[in-house]
Amino acid sequence: MARAAVQRRLTWQVATVDELVDETARVKTIVLDVPDWPGHRAGQHLDIRLTAEDGYRAEREYSIAAAPGERVAITVERLEDGEVSPYLTEELREGDGLELRGPIGGHFVWGPENGGPLLLIAGGSGVVPLRAMLRHRKRTGNDLPARLLYSSRSLDDVIYRDELDAASDGIEVIYTLTREQPPGWTGHARRVDADLLNEVAWPSDENARAFVCGPTSFVETVADGLVELGYPPARVKTERFGATGGK
Amino acid sequence: MEALDGNAIGGLMLEIFGVEMTTATGVCAGCGAVAVLAQTVVYLEAPGTVARCRSCDAVLMVVVDVRGTKCVDLGGLASLEPAA
Repeated sequence: MARAAVQRRLTWQVATVDELVDETARVKTIVLDVPDWPGHRAGQHLDIRLTAEDGYRAEREYSIAAAPGERVAITVERLEDGEVSPYLTEELREGDGLELRGPIGGHFVWGPENGGPLLLIAGGSGVVPLRAMLRHRKRTGNDLPARLLYSSRSLDDVIYRDELDAASDGIEVIYTLTREQPPGWTGHARRVDADLLNEVAWPSDENARAFVCGPTSFVETVADGLVELGYPPARVKTERFGATGGK
Repeated sequence: MEALDGNAIGGLMLEIFGVEMTTATGVCAGCGAVAVLAQTVVYLEAPGTVARCRSCDAVLMVVVDVRGTKCVDLGGLASLEPAA
């Protein structure tokens, strides 16, 4: 029989912008004070709603950038023709109110109870929910090996670069810069392909949990590649986002 | 339009069904494929929100907003079971 669980309604509430952090020239992290936040899991989302003076509303779903227990935060990339991201990255100021609801989602989430090793593969701002997982791993004192393969256009486009460069305690970060590499760059310099996955991914018999997040075409390539390497589809969790779909 | 996946409509489905639905298991009425809704192919403004089967591309679910009321067509699903 169904357990008598009291379901929490998903309701809109107004959060306050606590802090704005420049991550790259086009990406900002918005740290929020949410009065009625029930807690979240690493990888979950929240919805942001903007209402124009004429009543027009736009909603976008953003991955939560913070680990469970940390202040709620989202990381937003400015899309030049976006309806929501230009406001969030350029107009929003500390102390402003922001309407949101969440947390949302239960598929693309990771906790220590899910085991590992943890294979995280990000394209662009797809790194956001994966960063929440890495922070969660660290905060819970987990020592499962974790590897982040992060595809960016250039080094300047790498989000959370200082944090990722400082990663230790069993976390390996592997960058690939697809469009522009700094002088002397010895790392990878191409789109993620089967060879790169073969190099970076643990053999399938190590039972790694894979989380892949990025633009749709990136996710399809990586997920197919991992399955070809023998990863069972159930251990490859994917999340796709579009140029207008938020994140 | 770019195809996303069911993670992108987690909020919409939670609003409609009142429970977390990206982990709900759906059975395609067309081909019988079994998948969690997070794995469906989702178009956000089709018009309306459309979720398709990743195996056979059949339409599983359509959500249309009619003057503030969400109209939901689940005709493409043989069954839909939220995660325990």
